[in-house]
Amino acid sequence: MFEKSFLEKLRNKLSEWNKAAEQFRSQKSLPRFFTISGEEIDELYTPDKVKDADREEYYWDHIGLPGEYPYTRGVHHTMYRTRLWTMRQFAGMGTPRQTNERFKYIIKEGGTGLSTAFDLPTLMGYDSDHPRSLGEVGKCGVAVDTLADMEIIFDGIDLAKVSTSMTINSPASVLMAMYLGVAEKQGVPFDKLRGTLQNDILKEYIAQKEFIYPPRPSVRLITDMMAYCTKHVPQWNTISISGYHIREAGATAVQELAFTLADGFEYIEAAIAGGQDVDEFAPRLSFFFNAHSDFFEEIAKYRAARRIYAKRMKNKYKAKDPRSWMLRFHTQTAGCSLTAQQPENNIVRVTSQALAAVLGGTQSLHTNSMDETLALPSEKAVRIALRTQQIIAYETGVANTVDPLAGSYFIEAMTDKMEVEAEKYFTEIERRGGVINCIEEGFFQRELAKSAYRFQQEIEKEERVIVGVNKYVMEDEKLEIPVLKIDQRVEKEQYAFVKKIRQERDNKAVHENLEKLRAVARSKENTFEVILDCVRVYATLGEICDVLREEWGEHVESASAMQVS
Amino acid sequence: MAKKIRVLLAKPGLDGHDRGIKVVAAAFRDAGMEVIYTGLRQTPPMIVEAAIQEDVDAIGISILSGAHMTLFPAILEEMKKRGAGDILLFGGGIIPEDDKIALEKMGVARIFTPGAPTEEAIDFLQKAVARKSSDEKIM
Amino acid sequence: MTVLDRFYEGDIRALSKVISYVENQQDRYRELLGRLFRQGGHSLRVGLTGPPGAGKSTLVNCLARAFLKQNKKVGVIAVDPTSPFTGGALLGDRVRMNDFPSDGRFYFRSMATRGALGGLAATTDNITVVYDSFGFDVTLIETVGVGQIELDIINTCDVVVVILVPESGDSVQTMKAGLMEIADIFCVNKADREGSDRLIMELRQTLDTRKKIENAWRVPVISTVGIQNKNIDRLIMKLEEFVAFQKESGKFEKHRKTQLKKKIENILQEKISGIILDKMKEFADFDKIITDMYEGKTDPYTLAGELFDRVSR
Repeated sequence: MFEKSFLEKLRNKLSEWNKAAEQFRSQKSLPRFFTISGEEIDELYTPDKVKDADREEYYWDHIGLPGEYPYTRGVHHTMYRTRLWTMRQFAGMGTPRQTNERFKYIIKEGGTGLSTAFDLPTLMGYDSDHPRSLGEVGKCGVAVDTLADMEIIFDGIDLAKVSTSMTINSPASVLMAMYLGVAEKQGVPFDKLRGTLQNDILKEYIAQKEFIYPPRPSVRLITDMMAYCTKHVPQWNTISISGYHIREAGATAVQELAFTLADGFEYIEAAIAGGQDVDEFAPRLSFFFNAHSDFFEEIAKYRAARRIYAKRMKNKYKAKDPRSWMLRFHTQTAGCSLTAQQPENNIVRVTSQALAAVLGGTQSLHTNSMDETLALPSEKAVRIALRTQQIIAYETGVANTVDPLAGSYFIEAMTDKMEVEAEKYFTEIERRGGVINCIEEGFFQRELAKSAYRFQQEIEKEERVIVGVNKYVMEDEKLEIPVLKIDQRVEKEQYAFVKKIRQERDNKAVHENLEKLRAVARSKENTFEVILDCVRVYATLGEICDVLREEWGEHVESASAMQVS
Repeated sequence: MAKKIRVLLAKPGLDGHDRGIKVVAAAFRDAGMEVIYTGLRQTPPMIVEAAIQEDVDAIGISILSGAHMTLFPAILEEMKKRGAGDILLFGGGIIPEDDKIALEKMGVARIFTPGAPTEEAIDFLQKAVARKSSDEKIM
Repeated sequence: MTVLDRFYEGDIRALSKVISYVENQQDRYRELLGRLFRQGGHSLRVGLTGPPGAGKSTLVNCLARAFLKQNKKVGVIAVDPTSPFTGGALLGDRVRMNDFPSDGRFYFRSMATRGALGGLAATTDNITVVYDSFGFDVTLIETVGVGQIELDIINTCDVVVVILVPESGDSVQTMKAGLMEIADIFCVNKADREGSDRLIMELRQTLDTRKKIENAWRVPVISTVGIQNKNIDRLIMKLEEFVAFQKESGKFEKHRKTQLKKKIENILQEKISGIILDKMKEFADFDKIITDMYEGKTDPYTLAGELFDRVSR
């Protein structure tokens, strides 16, 4: 990229410059210059800081052109000039009826993408009337017990015309089966269905901890579904491999990058081991990253992710279809960066985070609402969050050209460093026997807890400033934004409804299908089709998950995962 | 030997977000306490049983899912039932101000909300435990 | 009613209070232990040790369940390290102990080492006396497990199970000699993982090359998958075989007597050094003595002798 002679000249010049700069160094505007992940940052980046900058191959191997291998500059040739990123806001609450009303409103306003949040009992595979569900029904999303609930959620909505995203992991097969059940009732052929499932169980063990079964059978559920959908629901994105939650749980940018990609490679290897062809399923894989507050570090993270992925898919997994090499991703701004103090400041945080995601080439984006550390977001807060994206898209001009930051010495050096550091983690994970072994022995969990604790200590020691929290604090701050509360009646309604369904359905058919599922769980057959059969006869989510719990056991974290070193 | 503060930390309910509670666990440990962390999805009977067996001075729980108005009272109730009312119950999470006041009235010793420094919790616990006294005779 | 009265009635809260009293070495703890000791002697003490990540907690869980199924009362003591810098500890071993009966048939206590280095806390042995007296049929003791040989467990347990996993291959090499000394049973856990066959073979070979002693217990190597509760019955069987073997050969009694001798030595050491250190404060300007030693005017060897003589007079 740069001539050797030029680099030599530059080095000489730099040593002079260094002498001149010295006089200013006794004074410091901040105690430390480091990223939010704790990486020390140099005072100045020049071509000299970019390793191998004197080789032409560096440009083609590391940077290249957008829409081309290794995709550092983006997965599309023309990026946002052709199509802006999708502004996808995640929502869902209360009863299926309330969610249905919300969806119809979105469609009326011209929206075509529906995004569903489920409540904790649904995420954990419990029915609404299970003792463990007490106090949680309808709180963080919509409650779903049977196909009947799903029928209500999508009542009057043509599934052939919308794209639906469902944030569900451990019981994802069951919810997907319910969605297909609704399609059958509507007479919509499966190959017309479009949407995305989160369906990433590995990050649950690592970070969000909404797991049911042990890792191995859980991964089987996923690869079974991938196999079914590749054949029957070809437009569906069966998995969204998520770093978002890993970051929220305390990871650094490098840890988010490395652990997420490692999870992705684990699924890919499992699917290949199960006899699937990489080029058949890989084009439907997608990723989900966090956008945290350290602007440049985040941009470097996205660029490194695309490059690492492309290289591995091509070289290690021998994918031939370029679509298999492209890492496409959704981004959400960092919930953990929001503060309860002076919550309006969060609008500014979200803006800069969203800008980083866009400059990093995201395919879709969710911007958080300012009040999320206080309660579920209010309507006004949600609107401002969406407006933030629109202002970035239409007013700032950042979408005018593709990957405008490429070639920045700092960005390229940081992108390279991210890749090197991530590779170190891949080696370490391999040394420890792979992702699942690392989960079982608590390696990821300890790494995350360590980073989270270090971050908290930096704040408390005031090495790191968080505006409104440890600096510029307002005494006697009064909350001035409205806070949304969920009606306690949701629980009772849902409770009564699931009881009614259990009485009215054909219980003999339910029992037979559940026993069929048990037999399949013990065998090596594909689990998805029989789950679909169970759902069709209105077996509840809890009943289906219970059969699998009985057969496969429940996952409990290891004692070594509890430590914070 | 100087008595150590023993504290049980647990996550009740279905919510699995354990970043906060692990940071608090590490901070308490580094403040010289013995921290028993019992992990996720602990029911009120499990939490109180563990607190009794471990003979802790305090129970700290973390709830981010919005189920706090169900779970805190259930734990208080269980403590009363098991004769463990002398153990301090405190907690943290996304808990609106009104609920916080209601819970503290109910008998929760203290609720910490997002952004509270760990030092504040340490200070609270050290002082609250020092105030506790027992006139039970050992033999 | 005193705590001890309630303890005798089988009250769990009282048991917990007694343990804390002993653990904190409060005023009359030796007197209390003395009373409890005379009512004990029936509990089998099983020690579990091994490097980090071997799955000790998981196996403790499995064993506890298996013993409960045999209608035995089970007590667990799980030890984790105290930070030498802050004096605090993060005790995470309870995490797998969900869904156990809360009717007094099962009890679990986490302990921090509080400065001890041999794998247990200094007071762990005393806590086993409390457990024994409370009526637990089996006491399971899990050591710290930081990847070094933890010898305390021999002095506290009737049987020691050393748990290893395929990944602990490296540490086995460095720990080998010591592990062979303390193990009554080797348990290769996570045996569904790659490398477990090799580890089992290596252990068997090493055991075979040891000098054969007539009528000695042949240390078995068994494989388990704790997380799936696999082969736990075999582990229990070997435990029972070992105990039967020890009892028949008279080694059980001999081992316990050795432990008691060690125990009384420890108590005496503790007492005597306590007295001497207390006295020392009374008549000596300690800072000055230290300064004298530092300046070479006297030496610690002579001085300790003099101090002892003055105290014992």
